[in-house]
Amino acid sequence: MKDAFGTPQSLLVLGGTSEIALATVRRLLTRRTRTVWLAGRPSPRLDEAAEQLRARAAEQGAEARVHTVPFDALAPDDHEEVLGKVFAEGDIDLVLLAFGVLGDQQRDEADPRAAERLARTNYAGAVSSSLVCARALRTQGHGSLVVLSSVAAERPRRANFLYGSSKAGLDAFAHGLGDALHGTGVHVLVVRPGFVATRMTEGMEPAPFATTPEAVAEAVAHGVRRRARTVWVPGVLRPVMSVLRHLPHAVFRRLPG
Amino acid sequence: MSVSHQQSPRGPARTAPLPEPQRPSEQAGLSEPERGRTRLLTGWGRTAPTGARVHRPRTVEEAVAAVDAVRERGARGSIPRGLGRAYGDAAQNAGGTVLDATGLDRIRAIDLEASTVTCEAGVSLHRLMEVLLPLGRFVPVTPGTRYVTVGGAVGADIHGKNHHVSGSFSRHVVSLELLTADGRVRTLAPGDPLFDATAGGMGLTGLVLSVTLRLLPVETSWMTVDTERLPDLDTLLSRMTESDHRYRYSVAWIDLLARGPAAGRAVLTRGDHAPPAALPRHARRAPLAFRPPRLPPAPRGLPSGLLRTSTVGAFNRLWYHKAPRSRTGEPQRLASFFHPLDGVGHWNRIYGSAGFVQWQCVVGHEHDDALRRIVQRISRRSCPSFLAVLKRFGAADPGWLSFPRPGWTLALDLPAGLPGLGAFLDTLDEEVAAVQGRLYLAKDARMRPELLPVMYPELERFRALRAELDPHGVFTSDLARRLGI
Repeated sequence: MKDAFGTPQSLLVLGGTSEIALATVRRLLTRRTRTVWLAGRPSPRLDEAAEQLRARAAEQGAEARVHTVPFDALAPDDHEEVLGKVFAEGDIDLVLLAFGVLGDQQRDEADPRAAERLARTNYAGAVSSSLVCARALRTQGHGSLVVLSSVAAERPRRANFLYGSSKAGLDAFAHGLGDALHGTGVHVLVVRPGFVATRMTEGMEPAPFATTPEAVAEAVAHGVRRRARTVWVPGVLRPVMSVLRHLPHAVFRRLPG
Repeated sequence: MSVSHQQSPRGPARTAPLPEPQRPSEQAGLSEPERGRTRLLTGWGRTAPTGARVHRPRTVEEAVAAVDAVRERGARGSIPRGLGRAYGDAAQNAGGTVLDATGLDRIRAIDLEASTVTCEAGVSLHRLMEVLLPLGRFVPVTPGTRYVTVGGAVGADIHGKNHHVSGSFSRHVVSLELLTADGRVRTLAPGDPLFDATAGGMGLTGLVLSVTLRLLPVETSWMTVDTERLPDLDTLLSRMTESDHRYRYSVAWIDLLARGPAAGRAVLTRGDHAPPAALPRHARRAPLAFRPPRLPPAPRGLPSGLLRTSTVGAFNRLWYHKAPRSRTGEPQRLASFFHPLDGVGHWNRIYGSAGFVQWQCVVGHEHDDALRRIVQRISRRSCPSFLAVLKRFGAADPGWLSFPRPGWTLALDLPAGLPGLGAFLDTLDEEVAAVQGRLYLAKDARMRPELLPVMYPELERFRALRAELDPHGVFTSDLARRLGI
């Protein structure tokens, strides 16, 4: 159960190797944490992430158990079973949906199958796994579902509209899901970070208002505590994107990047 | 939103059979309530809302049927709820059932000779006062609000300003009827292990159906009150230690925002029920009249930042300086002495949407140094706490999880939105646990589960009794889940 300050005792991360997700878990890890589930494709990196969290928990004197669980966004047939097992082990106070791929816009435009795969991961896989989690949270009558969207969801741009459109779909889905769950005790938080310096964006030119996984983690923690619907990271992106959203199309198309 | 396969009633008949429904839960949409009404509930502090089906039995038979239904459903149990005045998550049960006991609202018998009342668990102390005061009887123990039910008073084993003389609520209970997980109704008296587990057991042993309560004879609905202002904590503690025993009721309000030498300055009010001769002339014609004033309720949607250090500090200064340096024998109406906040409905809204937490501890008389450190810490951090209350407890009560034990109890409200508040309160908890003090479960919304067995040595016994009485968790709550009770 979460306490009065929204501190979770149990966490489930979908996309257990995501740097933003791991920064968020580190931020939320307290002496009250009992269980952390890292769901992802089995890999040395996933095991390593779990190991690091165990060490971190021990440092804080938490008795948290950190588990990994095999999960593939592209295998929706398994979502019910895999995630059902996690929820059967006990209540989950916070689910963080963090998986997603950035793709390569240039390449994917020329390779429809790759583009479709990106859409299936970022949108369809997220829809399927969130619905499974949402139902389990609904049954337990409490919990937060945190969905990592992106500023790219706000208005598609020439430079990354494949990624942007998948996040736009996810963003709309997650907000709708939040409304559907209103009054049930389950809270859905949609996080819209700007450019985050991670493995995923390595080698790219940082966009204006670039941020870090730690800043996203802080914003998630704050948003969960306030039971917010949407948070922007950094917060200034909210007014910035509000302006960009209303720019005439002819101007918007010519923006650099 | 629905994931079920729907067939238009006017559409052509389908030749292919519809897929077999897999599980009922998969047929329902996400926001579709299951049986019963799903409601979002919080405690009085308005933090950590969770959803539960709420049943409101009106009779003992309906209550038994409701508990039977919970037992048959199997998952996630149920918890009794009264008027929702517990500050934290004690009367919430996420994903399960909440048994709203306020429908059990009959006063069954009043025996003036024996000075007892038998009433159902959902009767509020307010209702009891309305009925009993004209008969010259008063409830034996009242907390800072009249809007608690008798069942809740047993479940939290509440205390009042008279604990040093009269003990907790359950000490005045002659007997009670408890509906347990197996669907049986048991009549319990003090000394019975299940009675002592139920007193202070936070509803986890079952649903209290009715209570027979011993009453206090009074001649008027007025109090005679002595008020004095004390410039610092040390003076306050010694004043209370030397003369509390001369009063039936005693409580001190502390200014936790005063700093330096004034840290812990206080207004001490003590009194007893007034004899008719002490009443003001206009009140003598109807000495037992009980008509508490009602102000308009606090509005909805107040912002969260109203109570900050500056505003609360100003309020506290004003309150301290407006109190008389020393005044004795002042007649006060009962409601303004006991329940000053009850005049304003929904006063918890003044903390805004972020809500607030109340922190209440008790530390032994011999550990007043721990109390001083706690007050120092709060004062140094400038916590915007108004209405911090200090009281001296008398002997411990028999309830296994009853909060009171001999010593000092300090209670304060803090806005839940304060940055870093969780970690700060954790340090206060450590101070309390280090001297075998404890926190009040009816107030708690955030303590660390590890400290619970330290603070409540009878916890193991309580757990063992529950495991035997209710092996399948027919009674459980968010509080029980959070703290692993």
